[in-house]
Amino acid sequence: MQHKIGHVFSLALVLVILLTSCGPAAAPKEEGAYKVAFVYIGPPGDLGWTYEHDRGRKLLIEELGDAVETKYIENVPEGPDAARVLRDYAQQGYDMIFATSFGYMDPTVEVAQEFPDVKFEHCSGYKTADNMSTYFGRMYQPRYLSGIVAGKMTESNTIGYVAAFPIPEVVRGINAFTRGVLSVNPDAEVRVVWTNTWYDPVIEREAAVALLDEGADIITQHQDTTEPQKAAQERGALSVGYDSDMRAFVGDTVLTAPVWNWGAYYVDTVKAALDGNWETHQYWGGLQENVVLLAEFSPKVPQDVRDLVEAESQKIVSGDWDVFCGPVVDQNGNTVVAEGECMADGDMLGMSFFVKGVVGSISED
Amino acid sequence: MIALFTSVLAITLRAGTSLIYATVGEIYTERSGILNLGLEGVMLMGAVLSFATAYYTGSAWLGVLVALLVGALLAAIHAFLTVTMRANQVVSGLSITLFGSGLASFLGQRLGPESNGYYLVGKVGPRFTPYVVPFLSDIPVVGALFKQDILTYLLYILIPLAWFYLYKTRNGLNLRAVGENPQTADAMGIDVIRVRYLYTILGGMLVSLGGAHLSLAYTPGWSENITGGRGWIVIALVIFAMWNPARAVLGAILFGGINAVQFRLQAAGTNIPSAFLNMLPYLATIGILIVMTWWETLSKRIGAPAALGTAYMREEK
Repeated sequence: MQHKIGHVFSLALVLVILLTSCGPAAAPKEEGAYKVAFVYIGPPGDLGWTYEHDRGRKLLIEELGDAVETKYIENVPEGPDAARVLRDYAQQGYDMIFATSFGYMDPTVEVAQEFPDVKFEHCSGYKTADNMSTYFGRMYQPRYLSGIVAGKMTESNTIGYVAAFPIPEVVRGINAFTRGVLSVNPDAEVRVVWTNTWYDPVIEREAAVALLDEGADIITQHQDTTEPQKAAQERGALSVGYDSDMRAFVGDTVLTAPVWNWGAYYVDTVKAALDGNWETHQYWGGLQENVVLLAEFSPKVPQDVRDLVEAESQKIVSGDWDVFCGPVVDQNGNTVVAEGECMADGDMLGMSFFVKGVVGSISED
Repeated sequence: MIALFTSVLAITLRAGTSLIYATVGEIYTERSGILNLGLEGVMLMGAVLSFATAYYTGSAWLGVLVALLVGALLAAIHAFLTVTMRANQVVSGLSITLFGSGLASFLGQRLGPESNGYYLVGKVGPRFTPYVVPFLSDIPVVGALFKQDILTYLLYILIPLAWFYLYKTRNGLNLRAVGENPQTADAMGIDVIRVRYLYTILGGMLVSLGGAHLSLAYTPGWSENITGGRGWIVIALVIFAMWNPARAVLGAILFGGINAVQFRLQAAGTNIPSAFLNMLPYLATIGILIVMTWWETLSKRIGAPAALGTAYMREEK
């Protein structure tokens, strides 16, 4: 008998835990407020990817006040769970739903078909529908600028890059960074270590330490933790952050960081929807649109480097030049983009080669 | 080459410390016949609360103390459910994991200073930094043992002690007896309930300390999900170690070591696909599991505690 009670007790405990861990409670709907929901892959406390999306959400509230009502759910796994969450929001009467991870793409397409009156915004994907748009940022532009800083400030001429997954987005970042480095320091090289993680503090630290052992004196990365930057700091090395202004969390050894500024996009998009001007789009904003930018410099960055970065930034913003304008030479010395030409967006989005200066390889699969 | 090997061994030990604490803790728990799948939750709770304590009191040692208390408390809940209430150990353990990881994330978002939006993430607190022992650390290879933090040094005492206690003392014999055959142990006059409570709680303390090593020494500070699934790796490591604390060290080092090696191979610019390199730890685990099982069969050693996972009822004869 007592055995059974034990079972019941344990099950009850599991149920209580499951029921109480279902995210922030629903806020009562204000009359007339435009309801916007955000689906996050990680916690807003990651100080990286999701943190920046949540900062964008907060800016939305700040700018539009009572006109909008927002809600978010964190730690939603990619796949069927995402469809359930999206459907849930749509049924609750949300007017616009931002799905902020690549792996939400197919679930978003699926749910968007079921709810034609709800507007869906998917970050970093490529599939659209009448009521579904995509948005992303040209992160490679500030990456290039941060590469200039690293190339100017490295002494060992070896820069370590802790890379996430071998997908075009990450490869593009590595290439843009390396082109920045080489534009000011042709003798430098960028060493790449793949972790195959987006968020694993311990693994990402170990990868950074391996690069430091290999002689790197500046570390940068594509994951959402600050561990590579902290590891570099402990070894007396410098770093370049990513995602958010990591200098605030690590210190002045973080020279700068290419960061997201989603708020700019979120405010414009929701405003467009409020005015009835929302249309299906594939947004890929850059430095010019202010959706990506370079974080403030650490005091360690000398003035001449700052001036140089500013000049290069102007070149990109004005539209005269972009990071992958020729000549672009790959790792094996083949010219990919000839002088006087610029790479098309489609080619950039599918990038699968390393440029000259990168030491490492992309896994073939 | 030797310098590289020493450096890899040094980082492997640091990386393995949290795994070793947790594995030894779980071995003691399982030796008493209790399977605790709550490791991941206990490690996360130990990590977040030890860091919060250290951050506010300025003492990393107080953080360690709190980690031990938290581990004991969570394990006591598990012991109450599974020993007294005789609940299903798997269900209870999984509840502890869900509960612990959820609560740890929640606390990480609420315990921080107001200036940081109450987030604990990104805060710098006291930590255990590596202490390099003069002369000893200069010896090739072995020197790697002497550039560690204090929690790793403590392992050098804990491991032999844990092994000696389990295999060479009366209490250790009693513990193993309870895990093998609680009925017989009871007949021998061993208080089965008391033993199971005691070692489940002791195990929880060590597991929690493993979590504290992450937030106080290895990756100082709190990040959400700082363990990254290490609690589950430990469950595999316990089997890998065949419930022997000494072998746990070997397993933890191998696991951490392959990771350190594969990152170094990549950093050195070798063209081995990273997916293949990342597969190696798991391949090695399977391989060694097979070899160990085969070897165990040959030497007729005892593997898993026979009564593992079953509740004990005195009236059941």
